[in-house]
Amino acid sequence: MKHLLLLLTTGLLPILAHAQTTTVSGQVTDSKKHPLTGVNIAVQESYDGTTSGKDGRFTFTTTETGDKFLLVSLSGYQDLQIKVSLHGGNESVQLVMKQSANDLRLVTISAGAIEASSKTNTVLKPLDIVTTAGANADIASAIKTLPGAQQIGDKTGLFVRGGTGYETQTYIDGLLVRNPFFTEMPDLPSRGRFSPFLFKGTTFSSGGYSAAYGQALSSALILESNDLPDRSSSSVGISTVGVNLGLQELSKDKKSSYGVEADYTNLAPYFKLVPQDRATTIYPAFWNGSVNYRLKTSRTGILKFYGYLNTNKLGFTRESLEYPGYLELFELHNKSVYTNLTWKERIDDHWRVDLGVSYSTNHDKIKLDTINKREPVNVNNRSDLSQVHVAFSRSLGSFSSLKLGADYQYALENSGYNQYHMNYADHYTALFAESEISLAPRLLARVGGRAEHSTVLDKTVLAPRASMGYKLDQYSQLSVAYGEYYQKPEPDFIRWDHNLDYMRATHYIATYQKIATNYTFRAEVFYKKYHGLVKTVPDTTNGGTGYARGAEIFWRDKRTFRNVDYWVSYSYLDTHRQYLDFPKSVQPNFAATHTLSVVYKQYVPKIKTSFGLTYSFATGRPYFNPNMPVSEFMSQHTKPYNTLGFSANYLTTIRKAFTVFVLSVTNVTGNNLVYNYNYSSDGMRRQEVTPNAPRFFFLGMFMSFGIDRRQEVIDNQ
Amino acid sequence: MKRIFLSLMLCGSIAAVNAQDNSKFEAAMKKNIDQLDSAHAKIMTGDATLMEAEANAFERIGNAEKDKWQPYYYAAYAQVMEAMFIKDKDKVDGLADKATVNVEKAEAFSPNNSELTCLRSLIAVSRISVDPMTRGAQYGMESATLLEKAKSQNPENPRVYMMQGQNLYFTPAEFGGDKEKAKELFQLALQKFASFKPATSVDPAWGEAYTKKLLGTMK
Repeated sequence: MKHLLLLLTTGLLPILAHAQTTTVSGQVTDSKKHPLTGVNIAVQESYDGTTSGKDGRFTFTTTETGDKFLLVSLSGYQDLQIKVSLHGGNESVQLVMKQSANDLRLVTISAGAIEASSKTNTVLKPLDIVTTAGANADIASAIKTLPGAQQIGDKTGLFVRGGTGYETQTYIDGLLVRNPFFTEMPDLPSRGRFSPFLFKGTTFSSGGYSAAYGQALSSALILESNDLPDRSSSSVGISTVGVNLGLQELSKDKKSSYGVEADYTNLAPYFKLVPQDRATTIYPAFWNGSVNYRLKTSRTGILKFYGYLNTNKLGFTRESLEYPGYLELFELHNKSVYTNLTWKERIDDHWRVDLGVSYSTNHDKIKLDTINKREPVNVNNRSDLSQVHVAFSRSLGSFSSLKLGADYQYALENSGYNQYHMNYADHYTALFAESEISLAPRLLARVGGRAEHSTVLDKTVLAPRASMGYKLDQYSQLSVAYGEYYQKPEPDFIRWDHNLDYMRATHYIATYQKIATNYTFRAEVFYKKYHGLVKTVPDTTNGGTGYARGAEIFWRDKRTFRNVDYWVSYSYLDTHRQYLDFPKSVQPNFAATHTLSVVYKQYVPKIKTSFGLTYSFATGRPYFNPNMPVSEFMSQHTKPYNTLGFSANYLTTIRKAFTVFVLSVTNVTGNNLVYNYNYSSDGMRRQEVTPNAPRFFFLGMFMSFGIDRRQEVIDNQ
Repeated sequence: MKRIFLSLMLCGSIAAVNAQDNSKFEAAMKKNIDQLDSAHAKIMTGDATLMEAEANAFERIGNAEKDKWQPYYYAAYAQVMEAMFIKDKDKVDGLADKATVNVEKAEAFSPNNSELTCLRSLIAVSRISVDPMTRGAQYGMESATLLEKAKSQNPENPRVYMMQGQNLYFTPAEFGGDKEKAKELFQLALQKFASFKPATSVDPAWGEAYTKKLLGTMK
């Protein structure tokens, strides 16, 4: 009997247990009582459970009994374990989930900087630089469609927030580039030397940048070169201005690659077809060659070499303003070399090292002549820059980090004017330290400083920098930045006067930014104070001052219209400076009060073509009229600047080669763009400063062959 | 005697519970695999909520079982399908990350599994939609490399050829797509489907109807 009882109870136990079901119901919310959808609610060690609905509510039945844990999970939130008693009937629970710290800690220091890279949460992608209409695949021209940059078409470089082109410096993999642009010509802009295709990341910082970058008063253009390619490939391009060939070979073990590129550009056919404002004496011709080598030194290390060699020439005449009836000649022969070798490696569990060395040389031979009127002038300029960059960085805990580094630059600045020579050398040394500190889950601060010494100025300065980011929610954040920035005066001033000091700018920036996958909104206000600008009248001193303040808005939208991507940048700028020979503090010629850019890109799948339009507007710029009294200095303005660029890219395959046909036209409507007025020294005659031709047309075909793909074709035959 | 009897009884009872557990696992899996099919039909009409519920259900089974790869396989499958069809592209990477975590869990119990490598390839494809112009080349390459790996792990897996064909089918010709080649791969996949026998009743066995459907669009 006892046995029977035992048998019955043991046998029946599972049945009894299964017979008892409990209904569990409730609601899941976050700490602010917002309902959470899609939460997985499970009874520990069983299949029983459910997913919360739109209102955060859930209900399910379980056959489990006794005290059990409910496991509650949702990505982006901390897992929750709640004990429940399951004894049949109904059980009601309220679940409150906390956001996980990791998600909130993804704060980035973003004041002042717009990044184009393939990382998530960037404003632009590398391809955006190449496909901006009217920019003709020139990095600086594409950057001009972003807030903070001025629409300057008569001078070389990027003019940012009231700063001159010299105040923007370019860095490749942490190393300063002495000659990022082709040699400047009178009243004409020059392109950047480096192709946007070389870089996986481009960051345009219009202020408040890190202590790792020095010698730039206004802006830093930070370029990061490509890593190993995905596969071997070769490319051929033919266009209305030249030809190019390229080869990238990835080793079998995918640990190293090398590349060779060559291109030749000659504008003779184009200039013969499309009339130019200036009469050509030497048709512009450029030879370009580059090599690169990349090696994965370990799982975490990469070594990169890039070498570039260029030679170019051009010449033109235009009517002399000073001597009516005569011609002014400008002829240029340029040779340039740029090399860059960097190595990044993780040395142990904590420390990373970045090492870089670079050598560059640029040689300009310029002939200036008022033909048949004066003796010709031969200018012979050469600048050499050798440098070493070292940085060590480590993480401090999970969310903070420290970076320590040093830069050494040896610059030779040689200048010859006929038989006269003014040369100097400068040893520049800098030490920097910077730390990113996570102050609270949503709050990240970056604090650092940079000590700089230049032998030619014989001065040491200390530049503190600080910025902070506060994450408001998953997509948006607030940032502020402050920094002191020093820069040596331009070589042409140092050459003549060795008693000059650094120029200095103080930046204050506040930014609100919201970045989602398909749209970006950014608003920024800034104030910049200039000290120690170079004054040339009455004497050459550092007595110049100035300020710039303004507000900028950026909106990019990829979601509203199908296959359409557009962005709008607006910049308001209020800037004055008292420098050079200015008799008083005024808005300089390179600053427009209002600037607007609209970039529109549309892909039409049916015809495999993408179309781009870029509209740029700027209010008139002040110009100097010597006939006006001093009280009216720079009070007159040019007419507003209005231009529309167009581009079309047709994608196709020709015998397995990916092929792109590109057509682009700048200033489609042929508006007369007047950047400035030049006056003769007696003020009797003036000349409009305009582009060399109202429009620039470009037609090209670019083919790329993936070697792997060609192998596939061969294998299949 | 009493003791022996008692322990025999208990043993029997435990064995019974185990047998029941395995059938319970299969039953729960089959039920959810069926529901996954209907979730599939709904996702085509733009409703992704069922996919999330199914992913969660499979995760619950996987967490309770602890040593089975199939529940995590289906959880990841449901998440990658949601990533493929979701309208809000901001959510794609999050779903793809979740799916990757589940594939990693499954691989811990079943390393070198061709089906899981195929799923990794699908995850790579799902990420393209966020920004086809910049991501197409990178993730397209990654997907192709993974499918080659899946093929070396099991050349008889029909889903390898189906997915290879699918990639070529949906990629525009100007970016390297090839409808003719896709057709050949679909036909090869169908041959493999004809002889493919899943190792258990809850192993992946999907794709034949879908392959026929795609093949049908090309006549």
